[in-house]
Amino acid sequence: MKNEKKRIMKILVAGCGKIGVSVISRLVDEGHDVTALDSSAAVIGGITNVYDVIGAVGNATDCETLAEAGVAEADLFIAMMHSDELNMLACFIARRMGARHTIARIRNPEYNDSSLDFMRRELGLSLAVNPEMLAARDLYNMLKLPSALKVEKFAARNFEMIEIRLKPDSRLSGVSLSDLRNHFKAKILVCYVRRGEDVFIPSGNFVLQGEDRIGITASSAEIQRFLRELDMLKKQARSVMILGGSRISFYLAKMLGDIGIDVKIIEKNEEHCETLSGLLPRAIVICGDGTDQELLLEEGLAGSDAFVALTGGDEENILVSIFAAARGVSKVITKVNRESLEGLADQLGLESIISPKRTVADVVMRYVRARQNSRGSHIETLYKLADDKAEAMEFIVTADANCIGIPLKDLKIKQGILIAGIIRGRIPIIPTGADRICEGDRVIVVSAEKKLQDLSDILQ
Amino acid sequence: MNRRMVFYTLGQLTVLEGALMLLPLGTALLYRERTVSSFLCAIGIAFLAGGLLMALFRPKNRIIYAKEGFIITALSWIVLSAVGALPFFISGEIPSYIDAFFETVSGFTTTGASILTNVESLSHGILFWRSFTHWIGGMGILVLMMAILPASGANSGRSIHIMRAEMPGPVVGKLVPRLRDTAKILYLIYIALTTLLILVLFVAGMPLFDSVVNAFATAGTGGFCIRADSIAGYAPHLQWILAVGMLAFGVNFNLYYLILIRNLRGALRSAELWCYLAICAVSAGIITLNLMPSYGSISHAFRDASVQVASIMTTTGYVSVDFDLWPQLSKAVLFLLMFVGGCAGSTAGGLKVSRVMLLLRYAKQSLMRMLHPRSVRAVHMDGKKVDEATVESISPYLILYFCVLICTFFLLCFDAFDFETNITAAVTCFNNVGPGFAAVGPTQSFAAYSAFSKLVLSATMLLGRLEIIPLLITFSPSTWTKK
Repeated sequence: MKNEKKRIMKILVAGCGKIGVSVISRLVDEGHDVTALDSSAAVIGGITNVYDVIGAVGNATDCETLAEAGVAEADLFIAMMHSDELNMLACFIARRMGARHTIARIRNPEYNDSSLDFMRRELGLSLAVNPEMLAARDLYNMLKLPSALKVEKFAARNFEMIEIRLKPDSRLSGVSLSDLRNHFKAKILVCYVRRGEDVFIPSGNFVLQGEDRIGITASSAEIQRFLRELDMLKKQARSVMILGGSRISFYLAKMLGDIGIDVKIIEKNEEHCETLSGLLPRAIVICGDGTDQELLLEEGLAGSDAFVALTGGDEENILVSIFAAARGVSKVITKVNRESLEGLADQLGLESIISPKRTVADVVMRYVRARQNSRGSHIETLYKLADDKAEAMEFIVTADANCIGIPLKDLKIKQGILIAGIIRGRIPIIPTGADRICEGDRVIVVSAEKKLQDLSDILQ
Repeated sequence: MNRRMVFYTLGQLTVLEGALMLLPLGTALLYRERTVSSFLCAIGIAFLAGGLLMALFRPKNRIIYAKEGFIITALSWIVLSAVGALPFFISGEIPSYIDAFFETVSGFTTTGASILTNVESLSHGILFWRSFTHWIGGMGILVLMMAILPASGANSGRSIHIMRAEMPGPVVGKLVPRLRDTAKILYLIYIALTTLLILVLFVAGMPLFDSVVNAFATAGTGGFCIRADSIAGYAPHLQWILAVGMLAFGVNFNLYYLILIRNLRGALRSAELWCYLAICAVSAGIITLNLMPSYGSISHAFRDASVQVASIMTTTGYVSVDFDLWPQLSKAVLFLLMFVGGCAGSTAGGLKVSRVMLLLRYAKQSLMRMLHPRSVRAVHMDGKKVDEATVESISPYLILYFCVLICTFFLLCFDAFDFETNITAAVTCFNNVGPGFAAVGPTQSFAAYSAFSKLVLSATMLLGRLEIIPLLITFSPSTWTKK
């Protein structure tokens, strides 16, 4: 019955690069009818061998190709080609040819200022995504709270979800979750636990162990208090060294510079360096090979609070990050694009890893789920957690939700689903059995392996 | 290689085959025949063996690649035939297991070559199963499995490798994004067309049982008939219906899908379709003219010529007249038609019209390159450039095709038959047609061949149905060694 409610969308994805494929993979996973469009027959051949999609080869700005790929019946057109202009044009044509919604990747900083709104409106774009900007925002959040491996923000202000790794001799080892609140006065909620390969959505009698990686939701202030209690609070970074002068580096350096953090960017290409230094008057831009350990040490790697490896090569990022961690940099973040290397980096002891394509896929999926949802209750935020094994969603409660006004302990909630937070007005509530959900609340739900589209789906 | 997944899929397939045998079991029950117990026994063995395979080889990792796709397909068809032969053998209606195996392979590969000398003595249940194998083999049992199994893990996007290996034709594509839906659509079209044919035959005056089994044999372009004289004994208008039916099932099923989604223009744009119809028309014309002197009546000559052209071209192999007695020219035309076969993506065998077209265009392009060494030319089909990998795969296929044909012919020569018999036996089995000339001609059977030759021909039929590559890959040693 639940499946009938779920509307299958016809989605056309143009441009099958790294990000395109990761979006396709997620869409197929959720059971949508996907058509993959790319100009290279070899690329399409590879994709149709692995994913259950239909392939089309051709130019995404050519009406005939688009018509053949079925754009007229498409519920959603996603343009993920390498050029912003192509994406915009393709979306515009697709919209005119009958696609109901369009998403374009637009990543040129020049388009991502005040002109973006105008273009979105005029081109009829439903959503513009900028992978580099999204990745930079993630990095920014991680650098603001260096104690956490990951930080996810929600639309509701001052409420966040962080992931931390318990030390082997942690005081929390052997403590059950129901005791956690009594022992430590912190108002927090453990919403998932990763132990080795397994992911648990824990109940009250779940007992924590050392080396567990736990996801915590709470208000920002409570998280600070809790980390201090655990003696895990690291100082916010004051100086950051960034390897690689990509677009992400630019966005990140700008954000960090705005709050007065010292930024040093190391980039090989001289031309890039000059552009960067022109755009970022406050940052120090160094032209040199970042894989040269001498150079890194000379530029004060050991004295930096944080090191972020953002070059185009995953291997390079991993190796230099290991070096930086060995030199005592307290917060090291590594950009890894390939999923296979992500696990490897994790094994090598690099804990903070970002993958821009996953961030983009999250944003696209949030949009797709919201569209899919016929009853109109809103998914505000969607994050994949713990290697895609669980997800966190933020809903706004509408009047027709079937769980309003009932104490949580009386709700028959499905296995593997947890209500991780309720935000009423501006006040975050860490829910207990006696709390109720009211209309207008923002509710944060964590679920394993289930793809929720609506708040009402949490009930059995 | 993912061996667990290979054997697990084989298990699933065996169970599915057992389930499909419930239909002939029902027929046997309906006619109150003693073969009921044979079917029960065969179904029991299929369920047990399949269940055991599934239990023993529960895969942890369901990822398969092109290699596994080929191997799964090849082994599936061998197991399918081995299990499918059980009812014939257990019931004792075909006493030798090798004969039963040959008959089953001939059924599943939609060849229609038979070792039976007295078909009419068989029971209804067995006859039903015999023709039903044509129907299953026509569209492919693995495609059926994909349509039935839930879309997850074993039935993910990677199953495209299996579908490619099983579906005939140089290029196999999907109709809709999801493989499972594609398989479902193909089978729904197949079932709808078969039902239509049953109804038309029945309304036109054929007995119900005959309508059903003949529709199965026609739909799969197989050619098993339940009468000793094949379809020659049916009234002329029934023969015409069967001829149209055969031609319809020799058309690429993608075109029916295009018609279904009201894209008639797209369907009519297919060059293969027109080429296919043109070859039929020209062949029928030549044979009619050639037969005229001996027949006298033009309508009779035209009917025999058309029915026989449709039957041979679509590799069905129904016999409406003993064409072995026809003049040499007519026999030569039929012999050549055996090679051409039906359209890609249909239930017919042979080289396939589109492959022949590509081959000729490729040859022409190569000739042009000799004239203008620096010229760059692409091969076109339906107004589009054909993928180079596809074009390049055609000539190796043709080489393998003739190698297999020559090997089969040579191995058959150990039996003391004349040249014409052996060569046409090899050609007719390899192209999944059915009857040949001389001692394997329309009124004869394959019963006289030795057990060895029957096994050779069984292998040839499988090679023909699966288009060589899957079997060759499966039985080349380097596939199985860990290198």
